[in-house]
Order: sequence, then structure tokens, then C-alpha cells
Amino acid sequence: MFLAYVPLSMLWGTMAAAKGFTPLDALAMSFFVYAGASQFIAVDMWKEPLPIFLLILTAFIVNLRHFLMAASISRHITSVPKWLQPLLMYVLTDEAWAIAERKALDGPLSLGYYLGVAAPLWPIWFTCSAIGAVIGQSFGNVAALGDFGLAAMFITIIAGFWKGPRTGAVIGVSALVAALAHLYVPGRWYILLGGLAGVAVAALLHVEEEVTGPEDTMERGTP
Amino acid sequence: MSDVIHWQWLIPILGMGAATYATRLSGLLLMRGVVVKGRAKAALDALPPSVLMAVITPTVLMTGRAESLAAAITAVAAILRLPLLATMAIGIGSVWALKALGV
Repeated sequence: MFLAYVPLSMLWGTMAAAKGFTPLDALAMSFFVYAGASQFIAVDMWKEPLPIFLLILTAFIVNLRHFLMAASISRHITSVPKWLQPLLMYVLTDEAWAIAERKALDGPLSLGYYLGVAAPLWPIWFTCSAIGAVIGQSFGNVAALGDFGLAAMFITIIAGFWKGPRTGAVIGVSALVAALAHLYVPGRWYILLGGLAGVAVAALLHVEEEVTGPEDTMERGTP
Repeated sequence: MSDVIHWQWLIPILGMGAATYATRLSGLLLMRGVVVKGRAKAALDALPPSVLMAVITPTVLMTGRAESLAAAITAVAAILRLPLLATMAIGIGSVWALKALGV
């Protein structure tokens, strides 16, 4: 599990190096942003003059899912002192969340368990990002792989989110709107426009499931 | 020393970091005890694949036939649940091969 972060962050580092990131630049972004998908997207958008506002807005939108994860985890860390809880959120990644949430099915999370799972991933992520950037700098030509490498990686991640035909409708509309926006809207706005169009489809297609009982598994614990 | 670190890049980097932390922190602070479900949850769940699809659209659908075909091949590999790096190697390899074949 910890090992999954090593190739991913090194890969990100090499792609960042192709866009001119030094190892310290890469370290800084992985240290401060620490969110894989949005870092890959940012590197894809990274071109002087930097679209600073769009970079920040895109990171916010892409990471909005963490809002849900933090909301969900907050129910399981009530034993942790309140002042400490905001610090724990800094290292709440998709993977850390998934593991912690599984553990939480058996009862409240202890501070030690959460930190044991979530905290080590952060130094692994930023250290290996810097190493990746060193590698990327020494082999200049991985840049040529970068373009489609990123697409291939995102296709894999999209497949991981597949939940049936509705997901197909979501990504289909996203692609259509993104293509139109890419043709007619200058800059990188097609990412947000396509992404939000897909989300709108997901909301429209949503059908309230039949209530199967007083609480489903997602809502276990104190409401 | 621009070849050690780009200081001016720290502005977008710190901005992105703050935006990311804001998503994680607000979930904790605003949502204590609130359960997100139904339509709102479906929309938020769809965010990552939808945004990622939009990101790759110009590359996989608007570059050339080789890229589009390679994307389809990559998707098959991904659906077969091959490991990430293997899937990426297949994707990159098929772009090369298709271009070499003159597609």
C-alpha cells in the first residue's frame, strides 16, 4: 500500500521535470499541495505565463471530493482532541481515507491508527517526487512519453471509478463539452467546463435508491 | 538561483495547497455530523472521473488517430485491471507502434 505511492510520485516528478520543475520545485509542490490527481493536472497546465487563478481553482474543484471524505472521517475521530483534528486533515488522501474508513467499520479510529496509516505517506510522496524530478532532469527525453503517459494513467484511474453506464454518460458528456470548450474557449478552461458538465449529468441521472433499512453501510456510526 | 528553485512558482503552489487543504478542512469543520448523500453525493463522486476525462480529451480525441486508438487499447487494459504501470506501458507502447505503422 505504501509502495503504491513510490512509482506514482516518481512518475509525477519526472513529468514535472519535463515542464522545467527542479527537484526543489517538485518537492515544494508535493509538500504543500499533496494531492496526486490535481498535481498531475497542474503539471499538464504548467506553461508560462502560469494561469495562477485557474491552477488554484482547478485544484480546488478537483479536490472537492476530499470535502466528502473529511466529512465522513470526522465521525470516526471523535476520540482525538478537537485542536488536533484539523492537522489530521492535511494528510487525508484518497488512499489514507479508504483504509481508515474500512478500519472505522469496526469502531472509532484511534489517533495512533490514523497517523500510522496516513502520516508516512506524506514524506514518501514528497521525497519520491523530488527523486523523480532528478531522474527526469537527467533523462530529458521522458518528456516525449509524458504527454500520452499522463493520458494512459488517467484512463486507468477513470476505469477505477467505473460504476456502470451512468459513469459512461458522465465521462461521455465531459469529453464532449471539453472538446467543444477546447475548440472555442481560449486557455485551459475546458478542464473545468468538461468536468462540471459531467458532474451535472451525474446529478441529473441520480435516482434515489429505495431505502433498504434505517441506515445503510455508508452511514454507520453516529450521525 | 532560478536553477535551484523557482521562487515565483511558490505563489501558485501555495495557492493550490491552500485550496486543497480548504477542501479537507471544510469537510471536517462544516460537516460535523452531517451526512452527504443522494444527489449531492452522486455529483461529488462523479467529480474525479469527469475532470480527468476533460483533462485528457484534447490528447486522446483531438490529436490524431494513433492517440485515439491507443487510448481505446489503454482503456481495455485498464478495464482488465492490469497494474497501473503495465497499463501505462501498453498505452505509450501502442502510440509508438501505431505511429510507426503510419496510422
